[in-house]
Amino acid sequence: MSALGHVGAATTGTPANLEKPRKRWLPYLLLLPGGLWLILFFAVPSIQLFATSLYDPSGSLEEGYAMTWQFSNYVDAASEYLPHFMRSLGYAALTTAICLLLGYPLAYAIALKGGRWKNLLLICVIAPFFTSFLIRTLAWKVILSDNGWLVTTLNALHVPLPDGRLLATTPAVIAGLVYNFLPFMVLPLYASLEKLDPRLLEAAGDLYARPVARFTRVALPLSMPGVVAGTLLTFIPAAGDYINAQLLGTNRQYMIGNVIQSKFLKVGDYPSAAALSFTLMAAILVLVFVYVRRAGTDEVL
Amino acid sequence: MLHRLRRSVADHWVMAIGLLVLLYLFVPIGVVAAMSFRDAGRNAPYSLENYKFTWAHWADPFGTAGIGDAFLLSIAIAAIATLGAVILGTLMSFALARHTFRGRAATNTLIFLPMATPEIVMGSSLLALFVASGVQLGFWTIVIAHIMFCLSFVVVTVKARLAGLDPRLQEAAMDLYANEASTFLRVTLPLVMPGIVAAALLSFSLSFDDFIVTNFNSGSTVTFPMFVWGASQRGIPPQINVIGTAMFVISFLVVLIGQVPNMRRSRQKG
Repeated sequence: MSALGHVGAATTGTPANLEKPRKRWLPYLLLLPGGLWLILFFAVPSIQLFATSLYDPSGSLEEGYAMTWQFSNYVDAASEYLPHFMRSLGYAALTTAICLLLGYPLAYAIALKGGRWKNLLLICVIAPFFTSFLIRTLAWKVILSDNGWLVTTLNALHVPLPDGRLLATTPAVIAGLVYNFLPFMVLPLYASLEKLDPRLLEAAGDLYARPVARFTRVALPLSMPGVVAGTLLTFIPAAGDYINAQLLGTNRQYMIGNVIQSKFLKVGDYPSAAALSFTLMAAILVLVFVYVRRAGTDEVL
Repeated sequence: MLHRLRRSVADHWVMAIGLLVLLYLFVPIGVVAAMSFRDAGRNAPYSLENYKFTWAHWADPFGTAGIGDAFLLSIAIAAIATLGAVILGTLMSFALARHTFRGRAATNTLIFLPMATPEIVMGSSLLALFVASGVQLGFWTIVIAHIMFCLSFVVVTVKARLAGLDPRLQEAAMDLYANEASTFLRVTLPLVMPGIVAAALLSFSLSFDDFIVTNFNSGSTVTFPMFVWGASQRGIPPQINVIGTAMFVISFLVVLIGQVPNMRRSRQKG
């Protein structure tokens, strides 16, 4: 069978070499509309964002902005909003770590112990997406509310809570972020654990590897592509989120996203908002590339 | 014997944690469902205290001003954005999966970058562009933005399906004197269809549920998520929870029914 596969692969190699000249432009034709769309509405806007971040901050939306190559916008933004930046990255890192701790056992259970319930369990993982994420986040407001059963129970058990409440605290924001992005962690983990041959784990067991060693030396290294993809898919949206901080926190939990959206949409301070937004993009891209390099899996997505 | 016992404890231990995590994912959905049946006055706090049951909101799911329009608008936007993203994305994935050409790495980067960029950055960049070029924000700017961020997900999904296809099937069709067009229409396209359908479902749900990018590019247009956001500042009408619950139940049933043939097949195998 595998020999046949090789023959198949070999024969498909040849037509590409014998391609008629008129087909050489075919891939470009296929790429043109989508590529143009991405250039016009993703690449060009990124450049415009960078340009906007260098506008004269004394202008306004009504009077227009002058391009003055105001690199000091970045210095001003950094000095004023560094705490928001650090908070965003910190919350996103903590969220990613918790999602990995919760998501790994779930993905492992579905992939290796799911049996014929596998598909049903997988549907349950994506089920939260079937309804609006704003509505679900508002439901957390009900669950965490001061008179809700959760806070009442925890207070009765004398679990120390900040000010005796959950809503409008940092744990509430983290819980919301974890909840919203957990499926993004579970799905890639599942995809890579699903390919794991359970016989490898059995073999490790037969060779006297304890369960912990079976996990750290067999299952975990083999599922590393899933871990890398999952952590990226969780970290990136979590770092840019502002919904959870807004609905479940207070301005003491505000992340960089809250600042960017209020500067763009409420205050109308475009140059400073663009500088923050562009810095966020640059910071995340640098983090992602360093992380992907160090993890040694270039083909993650 | 002891070994087997220990192994089975370990098995169920992992499954038990997994099920608890699933429960965590489902609790808010249960709360949304409960809130949709709650009988409360206009200014009652948004909570489950003093719970009284009513069917009233389910009898009139669009009974709050603006909610029906917002819902239909979101469906229209999601439908157009899905159609656009699926067409553009499928063409791109054929180029990437089937052809060798110069500029392939650059194309892959262009497709990867939107997925590695936070929504708030994409939304604000587009806003900066639309404002700088004097474009009126509204229905079409939302559609443009949605096609943009759905496109990459379509390419990744369809490309994965294309990569898994056996090229010998198309060679067989050609050997049996099918020309290129009929090979494409009667062999390749039907085989890729599950990937295209999956990409379309993904695009539709990404577009329908999008708030962050839409919030920057909608002007005064109110989509369903924008309506929910507005309501969360003023006071949440129970109809929002009715629609949220109905969306969940309908999608869950549709996906479940779609799985029935698969389940039957796997049972026959086993």
